[in-house]
Parts: sequence; C-alpha cells; structure tokens
Amino acid sequence: MIFLKLIVTNLRRHRIRSFISVAGIAFSVAAMLTVVTILQGAIGMFSGILSSDSEIIVFERNVSDLFFSAVPAAAVEEIAGWPMVLHADPVLFGIVSSADHPIITCFGVTADDARIRKATWLQGDRLAFAQHADDVVLGERAAEFLGARLGEQVPIGHGVFHVIGILKTANGFEDGGVFMPLNSAQAFFHKEGTSSVITIKLRNKDDATAFKSMVKARYPNLIGLEDAEFTRSYSQFKILKATAWAVGGCGLLLGGLGVANTMIMSVFTRIREIAILRVNGFSHLQIAAMIFGESAVVSLLGAVLGLLAGTCLLFILKQVPALHGYVDVSVQPFVMLIVILLALSTGIAGALYPAAYAMRIRAVEALRFE
Amino acid sequence: MNLSTMQVSSRDRIVLRAEDVWKSYDDGAIAVLKGVNFEAIEGKTTALCGPSGCGKSTLLHLLGGLDSPDRGRVTVYGVEIDRKFNLLRLLRHEVGFVFQLHNLIPDLTLEENCLIPTVAAGTDRRIAQARLRQLADRTGLTHRLGQRIQKLSGGERQRTALCRALMNKPKILLADEPTGSLDEGSSATVFELLLEIVASEGVTLVMATHDRSLAERCDRLLEMRDGRIHEAENAR
Repeated sequence: MIFLKLIVTNLRRHRIRSFISVAGIAFSVAAMLTVVTILQGAIGMFSGILSSDSEIIVFERNVSDLFFSAVPAAAVEEIAGWPMVLHADPVLFGIVSSADHPIITCFGVTADDARIRKATWLQGDRLAFAQHADDVVLGERAAEFLGARLGEQVPIGHGVFHVIGILKTANGFEDGGVFMPLNSAQAFFHKEGTSSVITIKLRNKDDATAFKSMVKARYPNLIGLEDAEFTRSYSQFKILKATAWAVGGCGLLLGGLGVANTMIMSVFTRIREIAILRVNGFSHLQIAAMIFGESAVVSLLGAVLGLLAGTCLLFILKQVPALHGYVDVSVQPFVMLIVILLALSTGIAGALYPAAYAMRIRAVEALRFE
Repeated sequence: MNLSTMQVSSRDRIVLRAEDVWKSYDDGAIAVLKGVNFEAIEGKTTALCGPSGCGKSTLLHLLGGLDSPDRGRVTVYGVEIDRKFNLLRLLRHEVGFVFQLHNLIPDLTLEENCLIPTVAAGTDRRIAQARLRQLADRTGLTHRLGQRIQKLSGGERQRTALCRALMNKPKILLADEPTGSLDEGSSATVFELLLEIVASEGVTLVMATHDRSLAERCDRLLEMRDGRIHEAENAR
C-alpha cells in the first residue's frame, strides 16, 4: 500500500506534468484505435462484399489487387457446373467517376448475384435488373451524392445510365457504389469475357479443401481461398493493416517519449528521496519497480482515456453523413487488448533509462549535498 | 596504537570495526579519513566529536555501508561489508540511520514514513504496525501518526526519523548530528529520548556531533581531527 502510495504521490506532486504524459498516451491510443478500427472496418466491409452468401473466392493468382484480376468467363461456367458448387457468382470490380466524385466503386454482377438478392430494395424492382445494357442500380448513399432518383439518367464516367433501382445495404462500399449488369461493366471497363473474381457457395462447406485443390489442378493461374484465408493473405489488406499499426505506433512512440521525459524529470527531482529509500533498505529492484510502476500508472490511465476518446471519436465519425456506412465503430476486443499492451510497453520502455538512472543513484552522494 | 581502541576490554563484544580506513574525494585531492581505526562496543553509546569537515559523517557513512573506503575495511559483527552481497541486509536489519535533516518524505504521513523500512524488508504488516505503535508510544507520537510531515514540528520530525530508523530493530544506530537542526529545548528532548531508547533496546549507538555537552553523556567520546581519531576518554 505504501509502495503504491510512493508511486501515486509523485504523480500527484507534479499534476500538470503527469496530466500531459497521460494526455500524450491517450491521444496516441485514441489515434491508433481510430485508424486501426476504421481500416479494420474497411477491410471487413470489403471482405463482406466478397463473402456475401459465399465461402470461397476465386481470382487470378499473384495479382497485387483484385481490380487487376481477370477470371475468364469459361472458368466461371465450368466451375459453376462442378457438383460441389451450389452457385458461382462472377463479380467485376471497377472504379468509375462522376462530375463531383472522382471515385465510385462499381460492381459488375449478374441478376442472380447474392449482393443484389440480399440487399433491401428501397426503390425499383430486382427482377428488372440486367434487362438493358445501360441499366444501373445505385446504393442509397451513391444515389444521394449523385443526386439521382429512380428512372432518371445519371452520368457516370464516359457514359449515361438509367437508374432502375436504389438499394440499401449496411456495407459502406456497396451503399456508396454502382451495380451494373456484368456484361455492361465488362464493356465499360474494356474487360470483355472476364470478371475480377468468382464468389463460390458450396453445397457442403467441408468440400472447401477439395474445391481449392480442383481449382489449382484445373486452372493453375487461378487460386481459390476461403474468406478468412483471403482476408489474412490479401496483400492490400496486409498493407492497410501494417499502415494502420505503423501510424498508430508512431503516435504511441511520441507518447512514449513524453512518458520518458516525465519519468526522467521525476527521477531528477527526487534524487534525495530515492537516496532516503536506499538508506532505509530499498533495493535497486524496488527503486526500479517504483519508477516502472509510475510509468505503468501513466500508461494505463492514458490507455483507458485513449480508448474512451477513440471510441467517442469513432461514434462521432459514424454520425457524419459523408462517412455513413464506411466507419465501423465496433472496436474488436483484440484491438483493444493490443492497444493497451502497446501503451503499457511504451510506458515501460519510456521508463527504462530513468529507472536505470535511479538505480545508479548513490545514497551517500545524494545525501551529502543538501 | 590508536587511542580509540585502548579502552576496549576483552569482555566487550565489538559489533562494528573500522581498520585502517582511508577515504578521499576528488580523485584523492581531498583526503578525509587517513587511516582510521575504530571499534564500537555492543550496547554502548559512542560520540564522535570534531570540527566540520574532520570526517565524522564520512566515517558514519562507511560504518553503515553507504560508501566504501579507498583502503582498509569495515566489519559488522566480524563480517566485512560488501556492497554487492550483504549491504541490503545490513541496511534492512543491522543498521539504522538518523541524519541532521530528518530526511522524511513530505507527502507521506508520519505513519507511512515510519513504515518505509518495513516495506523495504517485506516485514509482515501486523508486526510492522505493532512495532510502530510501540515506538510511537515511546516517542510520544501516537496522536500524530496520521499527520503529514509538513504539519509536524522540528522535534516531532526528528523523533519520527528516530522511529523510522528503529522500525526493523537494528542492532546499530548511526546518528549524524541528530539534534543539529533543532533548538535547545527540542534538542535536549530528542537526545534524552535517543539515549533512553537505545539503552532499553540494547542498540549500539555511534553519534557524530558538534555538541560536546551531548557527546559527554555517551559511554565513549572520540575526538576526530584531520581525518584521524586522536583521543578517547570515558564520558561517563
């Protein structure tokens, strides 16, 4: 109890300095949590598009981005006919632009596609989809920012399309996207006869391994991955995740430097006090534990405040209309755990030098000079 | 032969011994102790008198293991102090320190300050509390246990420092000008208390002081000058 009080006492003694350190860690944690959660959410949404009513995704092997993948229509037809496959939906991804929106995600899909079937149709009739080459269906948010209504003509890229439906989905990419008939999208993006991916629904999930082997044997230039495998291995996701953690890590590093500065000052201003503790039998380790304890309290307080601030920020971002559907505020427990552990590690690392310095303080020298 | 060792009879048990101890600072530029021989007898009080800078405090620091001699050796119960191997045990169980300045931690209460040595030594909480109550009762501090140090008088602070030094029941108490910062009245009170407690607990006291009248009340009085112990006389 007294040991704990020795730790807390010093933090209370220099309230402003302690507060600044806690705030530094809190800002870093909030930044990391926000960036990581937004990107995790984005990845989750993109994965959600692919895994909509499917377990496996087939695409061109060794492509850096699914937008560059080309799966021949013949492969789609053949795979759809395999006995273990319940349905195989080709999807072509593309980026289109309009006057004020340079980037709108476009999905070239068939009328039977799960994304079309499972969405909530706010306006229009699903059965009318893909009847005409210039028909498009807009996500609710896309309709909003394009200012388009059912039955109107809307300019997209170098073409003009007829809006035959508006649908709502919980997925930000889909909600802000344009759905075109597959053939129209192939023509629009000059990718006739190919799709970016095939999403596969198996009759029996246990056949996944056998299915992947068959793809590999029959189409060496294609690869089949289960959804979880894809999310783990897709290089774009890896880059995004690494970027998020790196950005957050940099923030935390700055917070750690703040803690280091505080702890160094903390040791310098109580050299005599540490000497007194030594004279009264405190070991080097007990002195170090006191310094590390102090930095751990700062880090944990910062982490808790940062988690609260980050969660609030995510909640606020979710309310911003322009970001509707793109921000997932459900913070994953493992992200929270990692953020707390990183904050704690940063605090401990920041206390390494101060603790080493405190351990080297010679009581007799500190006491000799008043 | 050093005079300080002359009066030790064969029946006396030596608890603390310095043998030909040399100590200097600034790479030898300032020689503080020049071959000091010293022995403290179990249960006896010894006063080290002498002018400022004669090496009293330095000798106390060496005797308590806070510093190492350049030459010579210091033993406690016949065992040489080794900063790596037995210093912690020495500071936790064998030796207590009282300084001229009380050296208490201002943000803690009197009680918490006194309990610091027991925290360091990992003493059972109930045992530590019982010891604290005993010492607080003897030093008249029981009613002040919950007070912060800033609210205590100079005499009370020094009595607190005395309690803290004795918490782990050390066999040796090293006091460096324990009443040096107090007024005459408080000084007398604290010194009486110091003598009374060390006598009742059988503690060996080595005290550095300027005050000859206090020094003369100790069992032995040693004079330090020019880094050496020059004379010894029985104070009582």
